[in-house]
Amino acid sequence: MSTVMNSRPGVLARLLDSDLWYQFSRSPVTVASAALTLAFCLIAVFATWLAPHDPFDPASLDLLDAHLPPAWAAEGSANYLLGTDDQGRDVLSAIMYGSRVSLLVAIAATALAMLIGVTLGLLAGYFGGRLDGLIMRIADVQLSFPTILLALLIDGVVRSALSKELHDTLSLYVLIFAIAVSNWVQYARTVRGSTLVERSKEYVQAARVMGLSPLTILRRHVLPNVMGPVLVIATLGFCNAIIAEATLSFLGLGVPPTQPSLGTLIRIGNELLFSGEWWITVFPGVYLVAMVLAVNLLGDWLRDALNPKLR
Amino acid sequence: MSTQPLLQVEHLRIEFPTRRGTLVAIDDVSFHINPGEVLGVVGESGAGKSLTGSAVIGLLEPPGRIAGGRILLEGRRIDDLPPPEMRRIRGRRIGAIFQDPLTSLNPLYTVGQQLVETITTHLEMSPAQARRRAIELLAEVGIPAPERRIDHYPHQFSGGMRQRVVIALALCANPRLIVADEPTTALDVSIQAQIIALLKRLCREHGAAVMLVTHDMGVIAETADRVAVMYAGRIAEIGPVRQVVKEALHPYTRGLMGSIPTIGRDVERLTQIDGAMPRLSAIPRGCAFNPRCPHAFERCHRERPDPLAVGATRVACWLHASESMTETGEAADA
Amino acid sequence: MLAYVIRRLTSGLFVMLAVAFIAFLLFNFVGDPVNNMLGENATAEQRAELQHKLGLDQPFPLQFARFVGNAAQGEFGISYRNLQPVSELLEARLPATLELSVVAALLALALGIPMGVYTALHRDGVLARLCQMVSLIGVSIPSFLTGILLILVFSVTLNWLPSFGRGEVVTLGGWSTGLLTASGLKSLILPAVTLALFQMTMIMRLVRSEMLEVLRTDYIKFARARGIRERSVRFRHALKNTLVPVITIIGLQLGAVIAFAIITETVFQWPGMGLLLIQAITFGDIPVIAAYLVLVAFLFVLINLIVDLLYYVVDPRIRIDRGVVAL
Repeated sequence: MSTVMNSRPGVLARLLDSDLWYQFSRSPVTVASAALTLAFCLIAVFATWLAPHDPFDPASLDLLDAHLPPAWAAEGSANYLLGTDDQGRDVLSAIMYGSRVSLLVAIAATALAMLIGVTLGLLAGYFGGRLDGLIMRIADVQLSFPTILLALLIDGVVRSALSKELHDTLSLYVLIFAIAVSNWVQYARTVRGSTLVERSKEYVQAARVMGLSPLTILRRHVLPNVMGPVLVIATLGFCNAIIAEATLSFLGLGVPPTQPSLGTLIRIGNELLFSGEWWITVFPGVYLVAMVLAVNLLGDWLRDALNPKLR
Repeated sequence: MSTQPLLQVEHLRIEFPTRRGTLVAIDDVSFHINPGEVLGVVGESGAGKSLTGSAVIGLLEPPGRIAGGRILLEGRRIDDLPPPEMRRIRGRRIGAIFQDPLTSLNPLYTVGQQLVETITTHLEMSPAQARRRAIELLAEVGIPAPERRIDHYPHQFSGGMRQRVVIALALCANPRLIVADEPTTALDVSIQAQIIALLKRLCREHGAAVMLVTHDMGVIAETADRVAVMYAGRIAEIGPVRQVVKEALHPYTRGLMGSIPTIGRDVERLTQIDGAMPRLSAIPRGCAFNPRCPHAFERCHRERPDPLAVGATRVACWLHASESMTETGEAADA
Repeated sequence: MLAYVIRRLTSGLFVMLAVAFIAFLLFNFVGDPVNNMLGENATAEQRAELQHKLGLDQPFPLQFARFVGNAAQGEFGISYRNLQPVSELLEARLPATLELSVVAALLALALGIPMGVYTALHRDGVLARLCQMVSLIGVSIPSFLTGILLILVFSVTLNWLPSFGRGEVVTLGGWSTGLLTASGLKSLILPAVTLALFQMTMIMRLVRSEMLEVLRTDYIKFARARGIRERSVRFRHALKNTLVPVITIIGLQLGAVIAFAIITETVFQWPGMGLLLIQAITFGDIPVIAAYLVLVAFLFVLINLIVDLLYYVVDPRIRIDRGVVAL
């Protein structure tokens, strides 16, 4: 029985009643991943307050506390829950601070990639012609190279081009830039496809006849239709970015040593692996994987939820 | 020769469990098809015609499921057969034709390979014999130079040609019944007539009955012997085609007939049925058509009409209660 | 057919030239090649001499042409770091990388494709769900971490397998192979598995999703409606239609293996081109970086070309464009 309502229910009510929310709340895995992701973000933001120690304040480090295994092991100490590294830094705190850097780089890189990709996709799709041809050509060529390689090469080349001091101050931005530039293509292609579809629709043609500027048309009409797939790509792109940053930092080419990320921690731990001090590598590693896994699951769910064919 | 119907569908009920409850997509549908006859199944999109067809060939897609009723082929139940046995029936006893000939054919295999595969699956033949048979079939459906075109890929045929190939594939194991689901909808208007004529002729020659599912009443009028009009998952009216077209008993059918433009008629306006077919989740109580029916009265809102026999037609409408008998022989307006 | 090949070749050539151009810019304008090679204390005369020798005093297009000419012959100048010819360095390292990459790629395909098919056909089975979960984790672990964890388990704790180097190597002609010695094979296992793991999970997910799509198509439905045996439906129809579009992507994936080898080589200290690149980047060794760029681009273009040709052979829709006979 359908009833006619006089006013539309509020946004929250509509959200809670929507298909999206239903599918979300019914899937325990997705809810867990969302909760985990939220937790990771909060930890990163509030690391300064949450972390038991400040691992990057040289004054607070005590070399006597170095090489300690996790608290539950024989020589561990409850003070350093996950153990310490060769300089006495608390692994748990280092993870919290490190995750901050990792997330920051990943979010910034993803946002930048999205900006570049969506813009280029909109332009290519809307204006067509030579601009479209050029952009798509570059996209195609770039797609045949794996993103991590591109990020590596861009980072490496810029690094070589800048002087040492300049490089150290800029390396974080260079990293973000490298990851972003290696990842824009997916957004561009999807957005271009959607733009082409929308452009041929009558209401867009009507808008053009009415004299609305292309910018307005793109912003108001095309963009909302395209955000769904873009979000899915963004979650996966975010995972890629985290992995890319960690990989580059592990190789010594990513974040500067003054701002260690999880990748850096793993690298430090790697050198100590053979002396049996596994905790310095394993815990940051597990944390990293958990982060990526959670976002991956969210992305998977989002893709299924937004796919009309699977509903 | 027995007069047992070839296909009997009795009180078929198809449900779809969804998160908002179970939707009943087909609700107590009964009909039969006699050997060699063409039954048209007509109705709007969403009325349930294709679903009925899918159920008959046993390819109902989950989560849809048959929740009640029976389907009998030549007297034997087929709706509860284990999958391997149903597979043997498909193609051999019941053939199927779908709407879009382009997507019905595997683009990576030649037409010949797909024909031979079907033939050798059902009939005892060597590949060489099967190939000869395939060429014969292609000739039958009107493909020129069949011995050459048998080695062509689907994308090398035009739309009309492809549908002919599809018809050949459906007929190659000599089934007794063909379920044709919108066989001409995806084709050019100029080709539609050709294909329908071909289908009708071949089925007559092969002795196959046809369940012709379509929303195009014109095709039905030309091709079918009997017609079933479906509405909201139920049969509104079923009877000989001439009778139903000329003297439709159900108000919905009358509306349908009136909405078809024909050259001979001289009308100012085509009939339009106000409103729209209800969604499956919101089927009205009583007769499903009552909100839109210009002749609805009290009983229509209260009680769902049983199929009432009026001459050779069966119609589910209380308007005809007085002149009909229910299937159990009682006077209907008791 | 010929037209198709020519189009592909020209496209590849275009890419190569573009990459060569970038490499050339790198080579000549990033940092100062003369400075890098001679150090800061060189005299003006030495500089001029080297400049002339390197052709840096000639007009731009000429320099580029010279660069391309040299590159085509595999001549990339001298490494800043080792002061050895770059081509020699690459030659020495190439077998290591290629062996590792090919073994890993084969492993990834041999496991990934069947697993993908299985998980698509048995969507709701227990094993399939397990595979799905493992593959999700596989995609979430960066490959360097996999390597480290494998080392932790198999080298440090269990002491079964070596964790760095190639083991003993046999030289056949110009090619040094580790496949013929026990220690060589043992050393290959962990790096190959690490490299293969990521690719394998990607291939598996790809094949699975593609196959699921194919199983939903009309022609599969029609095949079933014709009574074709389910086994034939799955393996003669669905599988073939799945693999054809997947070929291109698998091809690209294999190209990616070569790139990912960089990471694996670093983790396992595998003496390949990847490790060379990392060392070059850290050092600012431009000639090596430029050479690597061109070489890798070449390999990618080659792989893409092969994949395109393969596609042509396998998909009749591309092969036969003689047009449709209408009636």
